[in-house]
Amino acid sequence: MGGYARYVWPCISLAIVVLIWNLWSARRYHALALKRAERSILMAGSKPS
Amino acid sequence: MSVGALQAMNLVLRRELCLSFRRPDQLLQPLVFFLIVTTLFPLGLSPELSLLRQMAPGVLWVAALLASLLSMDGLFKGDADDGTLEQLALSGQSLGAIVIAKTLAHWLVSGAALVIMSPLVAMALGIPVTAFPTMILSLALGTLTLSWLGAIGAGLTVGLRRGSVLLSLIVLPLAMPLLIFGANATDRAIVGDSPEGAVYFLAALCVLTSSLAPLAATAALRITLE
Amino acid sequence: MWTWFYRLASPPYVYRVASAFTPWLLLTAAVAIAYGLIDGLAFAPRDYQQGDAFRIVYVHAPAAWLSLFAYTTMAVAGAIGLIWRIKMAHALSAAAAPIGASFTILALVTGSLWGKPMWGTYWAWDPRLTAELILLFLYFGVMSLRAAFEDPARGDRAAALLAIVGVVNVPIIHFSVQWWNSLHQGATVAKFGKPAMDASMLWPLLAMLLGFMLFFGAVLCIRLRGEVLNRERQASWVRQAIKA
Repeated sequence: MGGYARYVWPCISLAIVVLIWNLWSARRYHALALKRAERSILMAGSKPS
Repeated sequence: MSVGALQAMNLVLRRELCLSFRRPDQLLQPLVFFLIVTTLFPLGLSPELSLLRQMAPGVLWVAALLASLLSMDGLFKGDADDGTLEQLALSGQSLGAIVIAKTLAHWLVSGAALVIMSPLVAMALGIPVTAFPTMILSLALGTLTLSWLGAIGAGLTVGLRRGSVLLSLIVLPLAMPLLIFGANATDRAIVGDSPEGAVYFLAALCVLTSSLAPLAATAALRITLE
Repeated sequence: MWTWFYRLASPPYVYRVASAFTPWLLLTAAVAIAYGLIDGLAFAPRDYQQGDAFRIVYVHAPAAWLSLFAYTTMAVAGAIGLIWRIKMAHALSAAAAPIGASFTILALVTGSLWGKPMWGTYWAWDPRLTAELILLFLYFGVMSLRAAFEDPARGDRAAALLAIVGVVNVPIIHFSVQWWNSLHQGATVAKFGKPAMDASMLWPLLAMLLGFMLFFGAVLCIRLRGEVLNRERQASWVRQAIKA
């Protein structure tokens, strides 16, 4: 990298980390929302109406 | 007896000023804060006047910013706590006019007071007297703009727990351009350059905020009051 | 003709569409980014002025562009939600915020690492950099404001208003290099006329831009599903959708 390697590679790696974090974080958010929705459906189902 | 919008503004303005002067200690607190913060910099950095002069515009403006923010929280809070705000909103008067009156009243007792005190503080920081007119003008425009920005923030955070911290978090990023140009204007005046460009920019910011912020602040209040 | 617009306001429809789009967006994003990175890092010729350091543009420029695009999305969606009272618009706005903030951080850090070899400093209080930093603070402000309200609907509306107020920063960032003497170089691609970059360097950049945008879309869809579920927990369609 013509001597600039210690600047270029951290940038590329950080970009990959950010992309992966976004994916992971979004999936986790969805999974948590799913769990909460399931729980509230369960609670609504077991409530005496 | 129907009251026009302008009359309503006048009434609210007088009420705000009356209430403010009834608690003189609350009036003085931001001013004292302003003094104390400006004192912190020479103590923490260097008491050398020549060095202070270089930092002075920034120090002055940061202190003014923080002191304004301190009192911004109370813009709607007092009235929100005892239900007056809802009454005002339901009164049939234009909520926008009421917001304008409240913000102007707030500026008169905090921003304007800061501007009046600024020469005193400026001397302590080594700012030459020749720079005073620019400094006073830029602070006047700047604190007014700040009051408007603060009104938006106050409207959004009224009634929230820990709302004052969030208020600062919201208002400070919006106030950064103001800080840059305000300090720049004073700085140029100190050095001897013409501060015209920066002052015009400040004036433009002030006009822009004065025209748009009341809309935003009123909308914010409607959201939080619903 | 407006039925598609009305359907966008329907939570089950949004949930289904978002789920359907995600894999395709991810796939195309992966292809574009893979091509962009490989071509840009290995095959694009070295810049005669900046040497290999210019290759940082392949992540810095897309990140910066996306930080602006995400904020605009957040603000426009918020405005739609406020004006027409469409909850799904608020869901979109909420989904865009953390993604945009992460790209803003990426843009700032990669920019900083690029600045050290090029300008000799990791940071400068130059208009574009300062305004981008302010953008990050605005993102945090919007996210914090939304979270501070106990009533999520009210939080959505307050956050939307703040996002709209802050959107004025976006054109400032973009035009700052024209309006002021800036360290940061001017527009290379996003301007009228021929781009000021050689084709062999430009194609990977365009691919990265496209890839990042597609990736933004994909992650937005995933987060959007979460946001929709959080807002519609009680609704009857959720039962069916979860089993799917």
